[in-house]
Amino acid sequence: MRPIVPKLREIKASDITETVAQLCQRANFELDEDVLAALKLAQQTEESPLGKEFLHQIIENAQIAERKSLPLCQDCGTAVVFLEIGQEAHIVDGDLYTAVTEGVRQGYTQGYLRKSMVSQPFSARKNTKDNTPPVIHTEIVPGDRVKIICLCKGAGAENMSKLAMLKPGDGREGIIDLVVRTVDEAGADPCPPLIVGLGIGSTAEGAMLLAEKALLRPIGKPNPDPEVAELEQELLSRINDLGIGPLGLGGRTTALAVHAEVRPTHIASLPVAVNLQCHSARHKEARL
Amino acid sequence: MDTVKITSPIEAKTIEELTVGTPVLISGVIYAARDAAHHRFIQALDNRETLPFPMKGQIIYYTGPSPARPGRIIGSVGPTTSARMDGYTPRLLAAGIKAMIGKGSRSPEVREAMQKYKAVYFVATGGAGALLAQSIKKVEIIAYEDLGAEAVRLLTVENFPAIVANDIYGEDLFEQGRAQYRRWGK
Repeated sequence: MRPIVPKLREIKASDITETVAQLCQRANFELDEDVLAALKLAQQTEESPLGKEFLHQIIENAQIAERKSLPLCQDCGTAVVFLEIGQEAHIVDGDLYTAVTEGVRQGYTQGYLRKSMVSQPFSARKNTKDNTPPVIHTEIVPGDRVKIICLCKGAGAENMSKLAMLKPGDGREGIIDLVVRTVDEAGADPCPPLIVGLGIGSTAEGAMLLAEKALLRPIGKPNPDPEVAELEQELLSRINDLGIGPLGLGGRTTALAVHAEVRPTHIASLPVAVNLQCHSARHKEARL
Repeated sequence: MDTVKITSPIEAKTIEELTVGTPVLISGVIYAARDAAHHRFIQALDNRETLPFPMKGQIIYYTGPSPARPGRIIGSVGPTTSARMDGYTPRLLAAGIKAMIGKGSRSPEVREAMQKYKAVYFVATGGAGALLAQSIKKVEIIAYEDLGAEAVRLLTVENFPAIVANDIYGEDLFEQGRAQYRRWGK
């Protein structure tokens, strides 16, 4: 019998490096159209004059950043790189994670982006000087392509993230209470207006990853499951009733969107993860 | 509210006129310092060493700018979260600091210290570092160069936009703003 030889598509490690370097820079200089559109809409609907002014400055900031290749925010973030690797793709001429790390190094250096990573986080906190290492999440998917998403995550919002292992009986109300309380307590610190990422179900670490991935969805695109979409809408409305507003100085626009991802979980568990994203929602993707 | 133009170092009389919600345009010199630099300020105070700059009447801006491209003086330079500096702030106010610029609200201890030492807190637009960079005219690293983005920088600014969030009368714009627009959980 002839052995089945899988048809593999070759992708050079150096192309991955180059792509990551470009994505890190573009993410920091160019705010995505969906974010800009949501901010412009909020500028029209915001009732607080001060809130309106802040939204105006945020939009103007995006224009200056793109025109001058200046980072949207001086905190150019932790580089979180999501790799969706087709099972028929073959990485050649180098090691995949080394290639991604090198891309982050080159992108942050060539783009004059701020290097914010420190080693020995509880003691020396020594800057690694090139914003490495990135946080890399890998998923194997059908096909022969590699999709790369670079999420440049600012710490102000990341610091306000939360994980709660609720009791199954806490249910929908328990989730609403937790999410609204998390946003309320975070107040001005995560740089509202926010995008609120939720991971519901799975395990502790699974829920956190779902919450972060939820941030990558185009702003305001509802979850395909109508029950989840309804939860997203209710949460958005409850969050915007908190009055925190742009930069936390009062207003109607505390969040631009709530994105929830849901997975099955254990009979004894109801993990809920909240990952907050500031208004400077920076991520870019490419397919090789 | 009308915009007030202020110059730094800041005079006691000017501070008295600033009330929460007042938009300001700051010109003059301000000092960029954040977490790691604050840690060293406190160490210096503990060891009775000289601080890297005389704090009397000065403004501290909580920021760690991104690097300057060739031909430019600075990269993006927006405010970082002020709450992380709360633990250090009362002692710096006692040393003479008259104003801070940052983002996010301050602790009750800091707010009390602001009243006691007659100092104010300004909020600049978080996440608008490219816009705020346009007001920076000169940059000089004056201490702790080894801290990189966290080194202490003397910034010369022109019409740097901010808003008074805490004044010497104990008012807090975060509380006022949220109370005005809150519909839930009252």
